[in-house]
Parts: sequence; structure tokens; C-alpha cells
Amino acid sequence: MTDNGGQNVRKLWTPFNVIVGIILAAGAVLTVMRFTQGIGAVTNLDNNNPWGLWIGFDLLCGVALAAGGYVTSAACYIFGLKRYHSAVRPAILTAFLGYALVVLALHYDVGRPWRLPYPIFVSQGTSSLLFEVGLCVFLYLTVLFIEFTPAAFEWLGFKKIRALVVKLTLILTIFGVVLSTLHQSSLGALFMIAPSKLHPLWYSSYLPVYFFISSMFAGMSMVIFESTLAHRYLSRHMDDTHHQEAPGVALGFAKAAAFVMAGYLGIKLIGIAIDDHWRLLATGWGVWYLVEVIGFVAFPAFLFAMGVRERNLIFVRWAAAWTVLGIVLNRLNISVIAFNYHLPSHERYIPSLMEIGTSVFIVTLGIVIYRFITTRMPVLHEHPDYSTHSPGQERT
Amino acid sequence: MNTLFFTLQDFMVHTKGITYLIMGGLLVALPLFWWFLTDRDDENETWRQ
Repeated sequence: MTDNGGQNVRKLWTPFNVIVGIILAAGAVLTVMRFTQGIGAVTNLDNNNPWGLWIGFDLLCGVALAAGGYVTSAACYIFGLKRYHSAVRPAILTAFLGYALVVLALHYDVGRPWRLPYPIFVSQGTSSLLFEVGLCVFLYLTVLFIEFTPAAFEWLGFKKIRALVVKLTLILTIFGVVLSTLHQSSLGALFMIAPSKLHPLWYSSYLPVYFFISSMFAGMSMVIFESTLAHRYLSRHMDDTHHQEAPGVALGFAKAAAFVMAGYLGIKLIGIAIDDHWRLLATGWGVWYLVEVIGFVAFPAFLFAMGVRERNLIFVRWAAAWTVLGIVLNRLNISVIAFNYHLPSHERYIPSLMEIGTSVFIVTLGIVIYRFITTRMPVLHEHPDYSTHSPGQERT
Repeated sequence: MNTLFFTLQDFMVHTKGITYLIMGGLLVALPLFWWFLTDRDDENETWRQ
């Protein structure tokens, strides 16, 4: 007994647990500060910069990188690419956690959490894009929750209700695609209200299209990136099917991502041409814009393509991680870095350490919950009672 | 690229003209890129980890 107790204590004090524990404790302190002393106590936000890191990173990047949910489920259930089946549940879980944490992060930014239902149920601002985004996120989070419930029901042994939810798979996938199309693009459209604040290289009437198309390859890259990490750290929770299908999923998504990224580059080029912003490319902001577009879109697209041609998963995994970084850079450029670009440097917004700490806390919370769920529920493996390899069974 | 425009018509003709040229280029480039992505698809079914 004593030996077992000693082993359990040693298992608890792993480097991962210690680091996560420190981050969560610091996050709890920041949360108390935020909700007792107000937003000014923990952020550098002001009237010039009312939206900062929590919107630019937690919300915009969170939503874009959670796009793997609708991309993977659409590929599998609408386009019939069943070879991506094993990637659906991890992608749905990542998307659900991503959106749930977006809503959590929004509480930190907006405050007064008890009024969260107001825009949907009490006072609808139907002429506002934010209302549309809020409604879509509310509905899509509900859809993702229902899409994920079969895994939880299998874990809990609720066979009847699980069978009922499985029958809704196709309609939920269609809802997911429609809602994602709406709000991914609307997040870009939000910035069209500020043509004088956002640098002209990033401002475009095509912003909604840019946001929607970039969400597709962001989602695919995130699925590959997350699968890479899961194979490294959660491999023991995967079954043979998952192990066998993973390279095919990575190569298939890499091919699709590379082609979508090429199309994205094309419409970025058209955006510059239609507004005649060529001369801005020769400025300092232009160089930064080219770093984003060439360094974090064209380069990973080429790396994806080379990975697919050579069937080299190392290239594909690096390209996926690089693309995820590129999406973060793009969303931060639009919402923080190239926003209010004309202000003198002392009036520019630089996030406080406490804002950064809160964002790290929220991401860490997501990782902990993901780990908790995948180590218990049938996400990276099939539940033996519901295996697709057994006759008459269908998994969602 | 510092073209001086006197009317909106001038500006639209110029920018649309460039855009059509880019569209033409994309119509050629994207199928070529697709061919680059897929031309080895049937060669082998192995991959390098």
C-alpha cells in the first residue's frame, strides 16, 4: 500500500503536472483580479484599443483553429471520405473545446458573465455583425456538443441515447458547415467597420472571404498538428485503426491544405490589385505583410506540396505547425499589430503580462481538459462495443 | 506602380485590367499546382515518418 501510494505521488509530480499546476494557479489569481478589480487592473486596453490580445488571440485564433471540426466532419460525412473517419472525433473534440474556451475568454474581455444570454434571448442587435457571430457561436457550440456526445455516451454506457444522436450525424454536420461559413467570415467582416484604423494592406472588402478560406487550411493544419502531438504524447490511448489511418489523414489534409492555400494566395493577390496597393509593398508594413503572406502561407503551402509529393510526413507536420503559427500571425496582424497603425508608438497597444498570462491559462486549461477526455473516453480509439469493424455498427 | 488617376473610371479600368491578368495567370497556375500535388499519387503507398 505504501509503495503504491509513493508511486502515485511520484506520478502526480511529473514536469507536465507541475508546470500546468503553476499556470492554473496563476490563472486563478488573474481571474479573481479581473472580476474583482475590473478590466483595467489586468490589461493595457484603452479607448483607442478596446480589443486586445484576448480578442486577437483567444477569440480570432481560437475560432480559426477550431475549424478542423467542420472541415473533418464535412470531408467524412458530406464528401464521403471515410478514410478520414478516425480523425473526426479528435477534431470535433478540439473544435468543441476551442469554441468553449473562446466563450470563456470572451467573459474575461466583456465582463459581467451573468449577462451572456442577453444578446441572444433578451436584446438582439440584429443589424450587428457581432450579433450574428454571437448567435452562430452559440448555435455551433451546441452542435459541437451534440456531435461529441456519442463518445461520452459510449463511455457512460448509454446505448439508446447514443444510437439516437448517431442518427443526427449528417444533419449536425450540415448545420456545422453552414454555421461555420457564416461566423468565420463574419469575424473578418467585423474589421470592415474600421477602414481608417486597419492598415490598407490588411484592410480589404474581401476580409470575410480571407477569413473563411484561411479557416479551412487552419482547420486542416490544426488536425495534423494535434494528431502529431497526440501520437507523441497519447499514443498508448490509440488503437491500431487510428495508427494505420493517421498518415493517410495527414497526407490527404496536407494536399487539400496546400491547394486551398494556393487559392488563398491568389485572392490575396487580387485584393492588392483591386485596391491598387502595390506601392505599399515597398514600405516597412509591406515587408511585414510579405513576411506573413510569403513566409507563413506560400512557404508552408510549398512544404505541404513537397511533403505530399515525397510522401514525407516530417515535411507535412512541420508545414502544419508553421501554418498554425501563420494563422495566429494573420489574426494578430489584423486585430492588434496593423490595427491603429497610424498612432504614435506611445499610444500603441502592447498586451500586459497579465493579459498574456490569462491567454496562456486558457490554452493550458484546454490542453488539460483535452487530455482528461482523451485518456478516458473513446476519442483516439474505438469503444469495443461500438467498433465500426463489427457488423451493423456505425460510429460518429 | 505610382499611376496617377484623374477619374474613378481610370482607376477601375486600370485595377480591373490588372486583376483580369492575374486571374488569367491563376487559371494556368492552379491546375499546374494541382498537377504538381497529384502526379505521384499512384507511384507508391508508403511514406516516410
